[in-house]
Amino acid sequence: MTAGIETLGAIARAEKAPGYWRTVGGRLLRDPLSMICALVLLAILLSALFAPWLGLSDPYQGSMIRRLKPIGTPGYPLGTDELGRDMVARLIYGGRLSLLIGILPVVNAFVIGACLGILAGYAGGATNSAIMRTIDVFYAFPSVLLAIAISGALGAGILNAVVSLTVVFVPPIARVAESVTTSVRSLDFVDAARASGAGALRIMRVHVLGNVVGPIFVYATSLISVSMILAAGLSFLGLGTRPPEPEWGLMLNTLRNAIYAQPWVAALPGAMIFAVSVCFNLFSDGLRSAMDIRR
Amino acid sequence: MLAPAPDRGGPAQPLLEVRGLTKHFRARTKPFAPPKVVRAVDGISFSVAKGETVGVVGESGCGKSTAARLLMHLMPRDAGDILYDGERVGSTLPLRDLRRRMQMVFQDSYASLNPRLTIEDSIAFGPTVHGVRDAAARNLARDLLRRVGLEPNTFAGRYPHEISGGQRQRINIARALALGPSLVILDEAVSALDKSVEAQVLNLLVDLKTELGLTFLFISHDLNVMRFISDRILVMYLGEVVEIGPVESLWAAPRHPYTAALIAAMPTLDPDRRTMTAPIAGDPPSPIDPPSGCRFHTRCVFAEGVCAKVHPVLAEVGPDHQAACLMAIPGSGHSGAAA
Amino acid sequence: MTTPILTIDDLNVRFSGRRTVHALNGVSLSLAPGEVIGLLGESGSGKSVTLRALMRLMPRHAQVSGSVEVAGQDVLAMKDAALARYRGRTVSMIFQEPGLALDPVYTIGHQIAESVANHEGVSMIAGRARALEMLERVRIPSARTRLDSYPHEMSGGMRQRAMIALALACRPQVLLADEPTTALDATVQIQILLLLRELQQELGMAVIFVTHDIGVAVEICDRIAVMYAGRIVETGTLREVVRDPRHPYTQGLLSATVHGATGRGRLKTIPGAPPSLDRAPTACSFAPRCDRAVPPCREAVPPLYAISPERGARCIFAREPERAETMA
Repeated sequence: MTAGIETLGAIARAEKAPGYWRTVGGRLLRDPLSMICALVLLAILLSALFAPWLGLSDPYQGSMIRRLKPIGTPGYPLGTDELGRDMVARLIYGGRLSLLIGILPVVNAFVIGACLGILAGYAGGATNSAIMRTIDVFYAFPSVLLAIAISGALGAGILNAVVSLTVVFVPPIARVAESVTTSVRSLDFVDAARASGAGALRIMRVHVLGNVVGPIFVYATSLISVSMILAAGLSFLGLGTRPPEPEWGLMLNTLRNAIYAQPWVAALPGAMIFAVSVCFNLFSDGLRSAMDIRR
Repeated sequence: MLAPAPDRGGPAQPLLEVRGLTKHFRARTKPFAPPKVVRAVDGISFSVAKGETVGVVGESGCGKSTAARLLMHLMPRDAGDILYDGERVGSTLPLRDLRRRMQMVFQDSYASLNPRLTIEDSIAFGPTVHGVRDAAARNLARDLLRRVGLEPNTFAGRYPHEISGGQRQRINIARALALGPSLVILDEAVSALDKSVEAQVLNLLVDLKTELGLTFLFISHDLNVMRFISDRILVMYLGEVVEIGPVESLWAAPRHPYTAALIAAMPTLDPDRRTMTAPIAGDPPSPIDPPSGCRFHTRCVFAEGVCAKVHPVLAEVGPDHQAACLMAIPGSGHSGAAA
Repeated sequence: MTTPILTIDDLNVRFSGRRTVHALNGVSLSLAPGEVIGLLGESGSGKSVTLRALMRLMPRHAQVSGSVEVAGQDVLAMKDAALARYRGRTVSMIFQEPGLALDPVYTIGHQIAESVANHEGVSMIAGRARALEMLERVRIPSARTRLDSYPHEMSGGMRQRAMIALALACRPQVLLADEPTTALDATVQIQILLLLRELQQELGMAVIFVTHDIGVAVEICDRIAVMYAGRIVETGTLREVVRDPRHPYTQGLLSATVHGATGRGRLKTIPGAPPSLDRAPTACSFAPRCDRAVPPCREAVPPLYAISPERGARCIFAREPERAETMA
């Protein structure tokens, strides 16, 4: 009898339904818009990563005689910037820093904010109040000002920009994490788990985490575009990257004087920021609907 | 399922004894106003014998679901004793042991299953908490699936959203049984189901009860279901027990006007005997500041002046049958009571 | 027979999205003025979709075919302005959850007055007078003060009364009721049923009452249409359907309810579960669960066999009375 059940179990385990995340992945793969966005992002990411091996011209090497060439100049398909550097090379190399300071703060904030929010949501009561009211303090400042203030206090530099943006993104992520956790915690299956005698840690691991990480993750991906734009803003103000580093926000800043001479070339870094943020937003929308497996 | 807990006190000992169970919430009805007390459960006492089904019936706000959560120790109580098989929970009977002996099935079959876990994992979760190895817990889950009438190979790997409401409620029953409980609290467990599915699940519950020697505390607002499944019925109104008695005598001769009204309010199945007048008017009052004296006096057709002043307690009105109505208490001052 | 106030002919509704759902598959129904018909069915049977089609409250991805005529107007062809006049004036609807159907930011009196002013072109003062009259009519105690109450300040039963007052304020010819008593307490449910019965007789409107509860249908309906898998499988007068059901599904439904059953025994049940509606049915949808099914049941959709004028069932055995052993 026991042996019979064992074999039955083995058979069924072999044909066990795909797990939740695999189902979500499959649904995402069938969503054309999300896939286009993912491919665009992947292309930008890979070209930034492998920039040195793409045979591009030196992004730091300028030339006084070929400043501000228009788009379509032979040898410079996207023209040159105000110091005569190749825009193709600068845009691709610029992706390295721009993506780094777009994504890294969100990743940091995701880890910190999710921990704080889940803790607050699951513990409830005084712990919740203590964490959430502290976080509310950060809401007193507009996020742009907060980022500028922290960056300004810490001084210019990529690391400081990442730190300041992380601080900016922890409160909203924590708040989303807290509200999702609070609503999951009130569902009957958590009570059922408590009724089966499980301790808080086990309930958190088995029943809460899996149900809250998804929505928090979706929210966090939508913040990447905000982060890129804020980072670009910091660089624009001279608080993030410093010249001559290629970075889209900084490029936008330095090219702004050329806007009357070569408006299309001057708009290119902005177009990159725009493309990447739109792709991240659409992708997180797609992820959100793919995760709603009931529909 | 896990081995059921041994029967300690013998068959005569009630499996569950509840004395003066009380839960009050504080609620602010207006901003800055002092909070008011919601008397959700207000000193209820009853006992459940081994092997019987006690039905708890009442309208919204009567406290029946709060009572279930108090019994399950899912929320702390303000006062009262809960004795399981003669042992006081929390002192001689550790809470963790109670969890194995007393389980609950919730009304919302979807919300009570983790959407990210397969059905097999949901059922196996409880036993693993109590130290059963993973593989053994899975086998147990498959065995339970078979017991509740679902083919394990078809259902074990599915997710809650992939199956119907009736099937989900069977899963919830299997999950509750996985720890080998003696007492199962069913909180409106069939209320959300379609009628034909409801009948299937009720039959399953009756079968499981005889097969496994279970005791049920069955909470519902549907008197048809109550009458079918219960041995005894407990009627609640605004946080209090107003009548408790065997289903036959309660049905034939309800002694509390509220019980009588509930029975009379049931829609008929006979086209020639439609209900012509509503047995009572108005909605149930809110458990915030309940009426003085007898809480039912504001809606009762037999109410007299004394009903607003004197709070009736449960009195014997027949064998094993009690009602909390001044008309059932001799010498209470109500004209309907014996002198 | 009088001209029907409402005629549905071969109504089909299909929702296409990630999954296709054939919600209604050839529903035909007619309703005489002043008649109360109960649409009885379980979840997914199409009873609520029928009501929503009548109100033209359909999501954009719904494909609707067939014809719906109410008081001489072609409902499916209406333009926006005509539709606005039609809703609330010719036909109005009450819902299961009055808490969701009433606007939380306006008082009850304001909502009714606005609806009357809107549909009848009268002033808000006249509308308010009508609102008071309606609240008294649905027996809301101290109606004058209740005019200025917000929905959240009322209890569930009061809110349902207020919604009925709102629905009837413009004297519609047809009232659509979507499980209006399901969410209410037992003692309140019967009050609302009695109120609806009384108002229906007073105002003489026709009613389509959607419910899953046979007991509720018995209390209020003249005629019953039983729905299964997006089709009407049996129609007849209340007495005929309840006393002598001809479709095996109706028979099963009547014996599966726990009405009047007293303990210890087992309930009769219908085995299995309703079919998924992802494909248009090509046979009797109930055949897989039916103990009388024969090969022809699985080959074609059975037509509506007439048993008497006004009475029919979609079952090839419809003309034979129920077998003795299936009687409870």
